[in-house]
Amino acid sequence: MSAVATDLQRAVEDAAAHLYVWALMDIPQDLRDALAEAQKRETSISGQRVLSTIMKNVGIADDEHNLVCQDTGIAVYTCRVGEHFPLHPTRIYEALKHGTERATVEHPLRSNAVHTITRENTGPNTGYRLPIVHWEFIADWDGLDVKCVPKGSGSENMSFLKMCVPADGVKGIKQFVLESIVGAGGKPCPPGIVGVGIGGSADYAMYLAKEAIARPVGTRNPDPIVAQLEEELYGLLNETGIGPMGLGGDVTVLQCHIEHADTHMTLNPVAVNYQCWAARRASAHISADGDIDFDREF
Amino acid sequence: MATHEVTFPITDESEILKLRAGDEVTVQGHIIGIRDRTQIRIFDQGVEPPMDLRGAFLLHTAPGVRKLEDGRYEKVCIGTTTSARMVRFTEPLGERYGVRAICGKGGFPDDAIEPMRKLGMVYFAIVGGAAALETTQIEEIEEVAWEELMPECLWKFRVKDFGPLTVGIDAHGNSLYHDVQSAAHEKLKELYARL
Repeated sequence: MSAVATDLQRAVEDAAAHLYVWALMDIPQDLRDALAEAQKRETSISGQRVLSTIMKNVGIADDEHNLVCQDTGIAVYTCRVGEHFPLHPTRIYEALKHGTERATVEHPLRSNAVHTITRENTGPNTGYRLPIVHWEFIADWDGLDVKCVPKGSGSENMSFLKMCVPADGVKGIKQFVLESIVGAGGKPCPPGIVGVGIGGSADYAMYLAKEAIARPVGTRNPDPIVAQLEEELYGLLNETGIGPMGLGGDVTVLQCHIEHADTHMTLNPVAVNYQCWAARRASAHISADGDIDFDREF
Repeated sequence: MATHEVTFPITDESEILKLRAGDEVTVQGHIIGIRDRTQIRIFDQGVEPPMDLRGAFLLHTAPGVRKLEDGRYEKVCIGTTTSARMVRFTEPLGERYGVRAICGKGGFPDDAIEPMRKLGMVYFAIVGGAAALETTQIEEIEEVAWEELMPECLWKFRVKDFGPLTVGIDAHGNSLYHDVQSAAHEKLKELYARL
């Protein structure tokens, strides 16, 4: 490994260590705005109680530099790697893993990672194939963008996949999203972001649903047909009456985001991945020289 | 809908019976933290819990803590987990150990309604994810048992003004979760017809 790669690897590790804790303590402004807007339109007594408690909690996390939620989740990162970024993804992965461990030990954060059969703890929020990293590669660029999305289990347990058939059409997609969110009730800490992945294959649809929950709240899919479906589902989901924390009310979801992929002529997969109201997310840009910019959202 | 202040552990059953689904409650006194592995140990592995659970308020939690040099634990971030995973323990907790209140987030399915009515128990809904606030309401971690299950140990917390909680299921057979689900399923029929 060259000296440049070593310094750069350290920069990526520093960025990851910061991003994990930052995401857990300081929720993004777009989410704060969406929660404040939800508080304005909620009319039920229990829903008002829940939303005012949420707002109070966000303020206390700011004032006391504490975590918004105790569930430090599983660390999920999305990396956009420029083709000329001078650190190979194997080393980027290593840096993200070490950064996650450092954040967990130094803060300290609750360590959630266990072996999936023995249930024994595997390390400071790391383990075999943990953290989880999504990769995207960008042509004609020498930078790296890293987004950390700590994913809590309450919402991740409310993930659903259905292999609809072409004859189910878009109606089948809408019905499945609606029945999933009604069935989830208060368990995923509503009101949150409903991520929907459509098309591709079974695994890719769920991957897309996870990408969808990590978008800034209320951003729309660039494809107008998909954006229209986002709008329609957002409206329908808020008519279900599930309400904040499933206690009944007007605001069931803050948003519905959809990511799509083209698919086989006989496939029509739909995946739902829920993100709780504490939709933690933090991003950084790392230049080829190792400079870190924590203000760059993607 | 009424508001109440209740101190746990309770000795007088009327403290539970006066609570109705939808009421707002603030809790004082001592509460017990418990989670999946703690209850699997008690009920599936048959190990007696080393804490008195009579009249107790149980919180579904696995706190983030820091161990001090004298062996005690200091709170870092304490919040509440999803209750539904643990619904099957409701009846034995009430019947064998005299637990009177279970607090968590997201609610219990309908399986909990009858045991809670029969045994005089309530389910309190807390705001999931609001751990920064919850941490300020826990004054001290007084006892920790079964440390080897960390963080799914048996915890005893002293609390002050713990809440606001909403009575999700009362001891009279009422469940907000049941009502919300019934209404939502009716609504779904209407929404599907519009698609």
